[in-house]
Amino acid sequence: MEAFFEWFKWLYDDTGINLPFMYDSYDRGRMINGFFMTIKLSVLCLIFSIIIGMIGAWLQASPLKWTRRFVGGYIQLFRNTPPLVQLYFFYFAIGTMLPKVASDYGGEQPMLGGFAWAVISLSFFAGAFNVEIFRSGIEAVPNSTIEAAKALGFSRLQIYKDITLPLAFRVVLPALANNLVNLVKTTTLAYAIAVPEMLYEANQIWSDNVNVTEMMIFMLLAYFLLVGVLVWAMNRWERSLKIPGYGA
Amino acid sequence: MTWSEDQPMVSIKNLHKSFGELEVIKGVSLDVMKGEVICIIGPSGSGKSTIIRCVNALNDIQEGSIMVEGQEVNDPDLDKRELRKKVGMVFQQYNLFPHKTALENIMMAPLLVLKQDKESVEKLARQLVKKVRLEGKEDSYPGELSGGQQQRVAIARSLAMSPDVMLFDEVTAALDPETVNEVLLTIKELAEDGMTCILVTHEMGFAREVADHIYFTDKGVIVEHGSPATFFDDAKDPRTKEFLSQIL
Repeated sequence: MEAFFEWFKWLYDDTGINLPFMYDSYDRGRMINGFFMTIKLSVLCLIFSIIIGMIGAWLQASPLKWTRRFVGGYIQLFRNTPPLVQLYFFYFAIGTMLPKVASDYGGEQPMLGGFAWAVISLSFFAGAFNVEIFRSGIEAVPNSTIEAAKALGFSRLQIYKDITLPLAFRVVLPALANNLVNLVKTTTLAYAIAVPEMLYEANQIWSDNVNVTEMMIFMLLAYFLLVGVLVWAMNRWERSLKIPGYGA
Repeated sequence: MTWSEDQPMVSIKNLHKSFGELEVIKGVSLDVMKGEVICIIGPSGSGKSTIIRCVNALNDIQEGSIMVEGQEVNDPDLDKRELRKKVGMVFQQYNLFPHKTALENIMMAPLLVLKQDKESVEKLARQLVKKVRLEGKEDSYPGELSGGQQQRVAIARSLAMSPDVMLFDEVTAALDPETVNEVLLTIKELAEDGMTCILVTHEMGFAREVADHIYFTDKGVIVEHGSPATFFDDAKDPRTKEFLSQIL
């Protein structure tokens, strides 16, 4: 392993291609932390945005006019504004309005840190799209199938949970995968509120080592591979949900 | 008012039903006693399906009364789920749940709606599979079954709720001619077992064979009704005569 790391040291000395996060243990630590921060941020936002999508699509079919309007308003607000502006809005506007809590050092600190706001903001951002995606899937479920469930005495929630959602899910998976890919890429915006995710740590490294070109190439490849894994997983999931004799 | 078996199980009085401006049912009355099989026949668009869809409240009613075991269906406070536990329904397009196997389709409602335990539900489901002659197809998905097989699963699915009355809405109309008979045989056996049935059908030979009473509808009213023998051989109304001359 040491020899492997040393090779990058040699690469730098010999060719000038500087990848300090390979041979310098401090920079390596930063990169690894950044990578796991990106994973943590992505996974939490994926989960919350899907939950928001499912609940939102359920509420959008509500018989209550104001519930539908509320969901509609939420979608418009988060779809029609830039995610960076949303992030700043949550972090700087809402964040400073919340009461402060005592910090470990005896001072005061905001109730929610940058990471929490990034999760909240990005989940709502992707969730708005997910509501629309789930709605399109729900509308693709034939009314006759719903009627059969009604005729058997299913409640509205049972129909949604056991009939509509499982069928809609299969329809929307490609669109959902698209949105989730976008979400993982959008986690780089958390950089702007100093969440130490992968891009932020890369910035730290290139500031210290003046190796912007190498770091940028590495970042592009790193995200390409990361999102590639997600796409691969979504494809596998899609295939595993295939029902014999149903759909194309 | 408590219901007893000497009263009609289903009693429709002066039923009116409109879709927007269009009045499709214009004062229909009919009674079904326990264990009786009645067939509703008539030209397309005469409101046959609408009548039985009102019986389990899939369609709401503008005027008139439908009593099912003494319970008024045309009541804003009606618990539709309780009503639908007593009234089974089979549809023209089968409307099976495509993401569930044949056995799961049958088991779903007793598990979710009646909250019965899984073991006894599975036992009942396997008995029903046998009853509709689909042994060996338990683990097939609807997409892997023929129309006739799917329709028999749909009948078993409805029977799993142990309904007191079964509604059949043109259940053979979408089937290939060679599979019609297997479905009709299943229904006939059901009728012979004493199940109360209301059928909307275009199968005149079948209606004549199984029905205790035949109702002929045209343009939203019941034109004529009687026992199969008097109806088919001794129709009085010119509209009935014309219809019968066209199809027999």
